[in-house]
Amino acid sequence: MIRFVLIQNRAGKTRLAKWYMQFDDDEKQKLIEEVHAVVTVRDAKHTNFVEFRSFKIIYRRYAGLYFCICVDVADNNLAYLEAIHNFVEVLNEYFHNVCELDLVFNFYKVYTVVDEMFLAGEIRETSQTKVLKQLLLLQSLD
Amino acid sequence: MPAVSKGDGMRGLAVFISDIRNCKSKEAEIKRINKELANIRSKFKGDKALDGYSKKKYVCKLLFIFLLGHDIDFGHMEAVNLLSSNKYTEKQIGYLFISVLVNSNSELIRLINNAIKNDLASRNPTFMCLALHCIANVGSREMAEAFAGEIPRILVAGDTMDSVKQSAALCLLRLYKTSPDLVVMGEWTSRVVHLLNDQHMGVVTAAISLITCLSQKNPDEFKTCVSLAVSRLSRIVSSASTDLQDYTYYFVPAPWLSCKLLRLLQCYPPPEDGAVKGRLVECLETILNKAQEPPKSKKVQHSNAKNAILFEAISLIIHYDSEPNLLVRACNQLGQFLQHRETNLRYLALESMCTLASSEFSHEAVKTHIETVINALKTERDVSVRQRAADLLYAMCDRSNAKQIVAEMLSYLETADYSIREEMVLKVAILAEKYAVDYSWYVDTILNLIRIAGDYVSEEVWYRVIQIVINRDDVQGYAAKTVFEALQAPACHENMVKVGGYILGEFGNLIAGDPRSSPLVQFNLLHSKFHLCSVPTRALLLSAYIKFINLFPETKPTIQEVLRSDSQIRNSDVELQQRAVEYLKLSSIASTDVLATVLEEMPPFPERESSILAKLKKKKGPGALPVSELEEGKREGGGELNGGADRGNDMSAAASNASTPSPSTDLLGLRSAAAIGSAGPSTGSLLVDVFSEAGPTALSSGVNDEGFLRDLEPPTESSDSLLIEAPGESDSEDSAPPLPESDELLNKFVCKNNGVLFENQLLQIGIKSEYRQNLGRMYLFYGNKTSVQFLNVQTKPVEPLVEGGAQVQQVINIECLTDFSEAPLLNIKFRYGGALQNITLKLPVTINKFFQPTEMASQDFFQRWKQLNLPQQEAQKIFKASHGMDIELLKTKLLGLGCALLENVDPNPENFVCAGVIQTKAQQVGCLLRLEPNAQAQMYRLTLRSSKDTVSKRLCELLAEQF
Repeated sequence: MIRFVLIQNRAGKTRLAKWYMQFDDDEKQKLIEEVHAVVTVRDAKHTNFVEFRSFKIIYRRYAGLYFCICVDVADNNLAYLEAIHNFVEVLNEYFHNVCELDLVFNFYKVYTVVDEMFLAGEIRETSQTKVLKQLLLLQSLD
Repeated sequence: MPAVSKGDGMRGLAVFISDIRNCKSKEAEIKRINKELANIRSKFKGDKALDGYSKKKYVCKLLFIFLLGHDIDFGHMEAVNLLSSNKYTEKQIGYLFISVLVNSNSELIRLINNAIKNDLASRNPTFMCLALHCIANVGSREMAEAFAGEIPRILVAGDTMDSVKQSAALCLLRLYKTSPDLVVMGEWTSRVVHLLNDQHMGVVTAAISLITCLSQKNPDEFKTCVSLAVSRLSRIVSSASTDLQDYTYYFVPAPWLSCKLLRLLQCYPPPEDGAVKGRLVECLETILNKAQEPPKSKKVQHSNAKNAILFEAISLIIHYDSEPNLLVRACNQLGQFLQHRETNLRYLALESMCTLASSEFSHEAVKTHIETVINALKTERDVSVRQRAADLLYAMCDRSNAKQIVAEMLSYLETADYSIREEMVLKVAILAEKYAVDYSWYVDTILNLIRIAGDYVSEEVWYRVIQIVINRDDVQGYAAKTVFEALQAPACHENMVKVGGYILGEFGNLIAGDPRSSPLVQFNLLHSKFHLCSVPTRALLLSAYIKFINLFPETKPTIQEVLRSDSQIRNSDVELQQRAVEYLKLSSIASTDVLATVLEEMPPFPERESSILAKLKKKKGPGALPVSELEEGKREGGGELNGGADRGNDMSAAASNASTPSPSTDLLGLRSAAAIGSAGPSTGSLLVDVFSEAGPTALSSGVNDEGFLRDLEPPTESSDSLLIEAPGESDSEDSAPPLPESDELLNKFVCKNNGVLFENQLLQIGIKSEYRQNLGRMYLFYGNKTSVQFLNVQTKPVEPLVEGGAQVQQVINIECLTDFSEAPLLNIKFRYGGALQNITLKLPVTINKFFQPTEMASQDFFQRWKQLNLPQQEAQKIFKASHGMDIELLKTKLLGLGCALLENVDPNPENFVCAGVIQTKAQQVGCLLRLEPNAQAQMYRLTLRSSKDTVSKRLCELLAEQF
């Protein structure tokens, strides 16, 4: 199960934080900082997986952004690694060559994209076509 | 495709975000935010009613401010208002605000739930999804109460849109996880399971997460999902890469759904239905085959998606652990990955192989990769990969490759990352012990460990090496020589000094023949480290010194000089000072014999599970380890092995007890003796030796033989006595046969330790006893019920007379050497009036007194039960209840027996099961007990199983009299 999803830039600014379990605000802040510290020290020769407290982080870096998913230790690493990529490809289509600023100015839409693809800590929909079709429909609504 | 411009629709928001981004400093940002907050507050409070757009815009700004990390204390009401808008964009912002900033404001929750209810009933799929997502994101109990009944209906209704079904399935999952009691599947179960057949792959993808979770909790109710999942999987696996269109990802058909299906199957054992199983095995083979096919794309996404399925399939194969062919194929596949250029794959292969190593079918296949894994340990750049390599080496280690693996791990330790050193040290220590063929190798390994990574060698590790050296006399000389050499290093780790001090103190004599390691050289070597060590180590060294005085009398003056120096005898540390004072005194006043007894070589430690293993298990356990637990682990280790520090202490405690054997200090003494009892019976015998000639009572020989209660008949008495003649002579010398009721009296004490053993008109004998491990101490109280004196009761240590109405006390120290059936006899003779009283009783010492309770889980219990399956290991009796069948009373008696009463172990709650270990000096005997009451027939069936037939038999006899 996904415990949280984080998008951070290299400086540690959070571009998206989606929580699937209860944390209080201080704990969330601490987690954000810890994840940043753990992930940014790793280079391309490292795996895309890091043990993290009693969970693990599956992450991938796109330009200056780190997309991190925190999951249970027994979860399938590669499936979540590709779930990240699938999500990024959807963002890329949706925002036409997505960049960090798109996520800043449209933060409330990013949440919609996340909810289409992940819900309750599980993968909800994996078809890019289906997700984009739904997003297009929502976009057309007032 | 949709393209979104920056902040389209809400210009004000885009401007505000730009402003914030342009702020040069944190102060400027806060200023801008405060300005905006004031603005929004005034808008919300203003007389003019805000239109939906403005409301949406301001709520969205508030949300942005909150996400920047600032507190937001208003706007909740406006957000809730947005929920009832009929415009999607407004509703969406309202729901988002609620999801992100939810707090359990009960008033608002009611309003929110109301809005959700309306949206769920709206039949507008977009609104329904928004509402469902909100419930899934918040997942509060209030929401579960309001909607747990409604959502299953939406999920299975025929006219529900696919996207709504997806959301409803996961929404229900969330509610089930937070409030399982409120989500009742019942009538929906079958229809939910059949979602696995849904045409829409997205619905299956979402629903399967729900089904997996429900299956884990109620496997029986959901077991029909197995065959459905297998056929779904089979259809995906056999489909061409383009068949599934939208759900094909980089030429891989439905990778996520395949993984989820394989994961669902891991909730169940292999399918019983042959056809289903055949189909599944076919799927797994296809997946393994595909891994060998040339890739359809060079993109990493393709291989990742393909391998995600492969690893999940391998997990399932390992979970079943029943198909040798598949296990070996899986192992070969992973073996290829071990050398793959992708770090991710090497990591995952190592991780997955670790579990394969524990299967009997694939253990050998895993071992063939040892060289690759060792190479990974040496060359991988990512520490987490090296860690996995170390894990795998540990998992694949057996007698055949232990030396190689331990050597490699040791050499890796020299450069290992700090983060994994402690764990590596534990692993090396465990492997070295587990697979030691010759113990000199073991000693070398552990000393190397201390030399290379001394800081990471926990107490458990060095306790353990000492324990093993003490227990194995074939290695003691070697150990002494090796530590002596290791201590030559100018800088050696304190742990090395501890081990060295302990071992030389015990076995230094074994190397003292060599002039290069003569007693004085040994002492000087140890003492040269003394001042660099911490207090506990110094304390240990002082104990080693006093042991030296015993081993090598020629070192006495030198050592006494050291002990007498101000830095010892006036040391500011109480522990050190006390030791110096006591050891100095002991060495000056005790005779050689006493010294030799007090400072006798440590007896062997009882064998038990390695404390290091327990520590590793804890380390590997999920989650951060609470400190208290760790501490406990240390204490446990300490108790088990008893560091030198404690030991010295207890010795002096024992010695001081010996000089003042008043009842109260005796009791205290017993307690401190008991604490060290776990380390070995030495203190027990030490105490006894100082006390009296009687010594620890050899139970098998019976107390009366020891003669400490022997009647001394004064000649005058006897000459007056009529009994002097003929047979009387021998009568007065010999003990009377045991009283007829002595067996019955004995049975009274099987389940209790204190009480009245015997009573007649003249005499009452009370008993108090305590047991620890294979040692016990019993207090006998002889009460004179008459008003006249009993004369010439006995010699020492009891006063030779008992005043009328008074009581004298006798202490018996007991050591259980081996298991026994006959209780020792107690013979009492005294004169009352002119008549010689001669009573022989059975001392209430029964084998169960030496029980150590053992807690275990149901599975372990029955596993051990099955292991003890030889006919002679079992003793069984079926007998009538003679004391009623009160459950509480039964429990009390079973607990009094001394073993652990295990709850929730026997499938039949009426039955009682117990487990314990009988501790004797010679061996430990594990015992399992099962008592099955039959209330109707008022009968019991009692079954005992233990590793020793005599023990089973004796316990069964004893217990049958108790119920």
